[in-house]
Amino acid sequence: MDAIDRAIILATQCGLPLVPQPYHAVAQQVGITPDEVMTRMCAMLDDGMIRRIGAVPNHYALGYKANGMTVWDVADERIDELGVLIGRLDFVSHCYQRPRHLPDWNYNLFAMVHGHDKVETQQKAFLIAELLGDACRAHEILYSTRILKKTGLRITG
Amino acid sequence: MDELDRAIINQLQGDFPVSDSPYAEMAQRLGTNESELLAHIQRLLADKVLTRFGPMFHAERLGGGLSLAAMKIPPDDFERVAAIVNQMPEIAHNYARDHVMNMWFVLATETPQGLPEVLEKIAHQTGYEVFNMPKIKEYFVELKLQV
Repeated sequence: MDAIDRAIILATQCGLPLVPQPYHAVAQQVGITPDEVMTRMCAMLDDGMIRRIGAVPNHYALGYKANGMTVWDVADERIDELGVLIGRLDFVSHCYQRPRHLPDWNYNLFAMVHGHDKVETQQKAFLIAELLGDACRAHEILYSTRILKKTGLRITG
Repeated sequence: MDELDRAIINQLQGDFPVSDSPYAEMAQRLGTNESELLAHIQRLLADKVLTRFGPMFHAERLGGGLSLAAMKIPPDDFERVAAIVNQMPEIAHNYARDHVMNMWFVLATETPQGLPEVLEKIAHQTGYEVFNMPKIKEYFVELKLQV
């Protein structure tokens, strides 16, 4: 990432301009040509620096009010195979392997599950439990009770 | 929420074109026109149905440090610790959760080396252990919420 990529990120991380030619508007702000903005953004999409371009919905506003962080103690030798399986479920938005901290924390697989209410989230967690089968020793669902801070990930100029 | 709003949410979570007139292009695909599409996106943002419209960046690939960390805080000391954690600019979000491990925050630093420094600072200033849980592997990250 060079200074121009950085300038493009700064100009777009809060959103794409809502004008008929948004990439031209970004180009003007950064001080390069629209073609260069588009070429660089396509390159960032190709190498994964940009995951995707589009709408970022607010779960709560869409009625998904019970968003549970489900955590699972999965046998290490099967976690990759099972992680991919869980990540494919349409109600799982994020699925990661994370380190255990024994004895305080024995869960190594995290999956964010979105439901309209806790019953729905529990049912979805049950589907995950079935998929994991014997490879899973224990699991819990952690609901957020309060947002203490939410500024989002931002790079600064 | 009308049909176009639902189409925007269901069909526009990715694949927005990189072209001279992307909104016009997208409008055609959704069976509407450019000004209607722009007006609808604007209203969905104003109503906070969308938190953002634009590129979603992959934080680690931008070169910085990123992690999730958790803490076990006694309830009567929770607010003091939350205040210490929240005032650090590296903390992107922080949630209280219904578990013994009751505070969960995501932190992002300009460089990977900055991460352990911030975690150490939090442990030192609060007096509690910080459990660092950086991701080891990512199996899938995509929003697929439908309305």
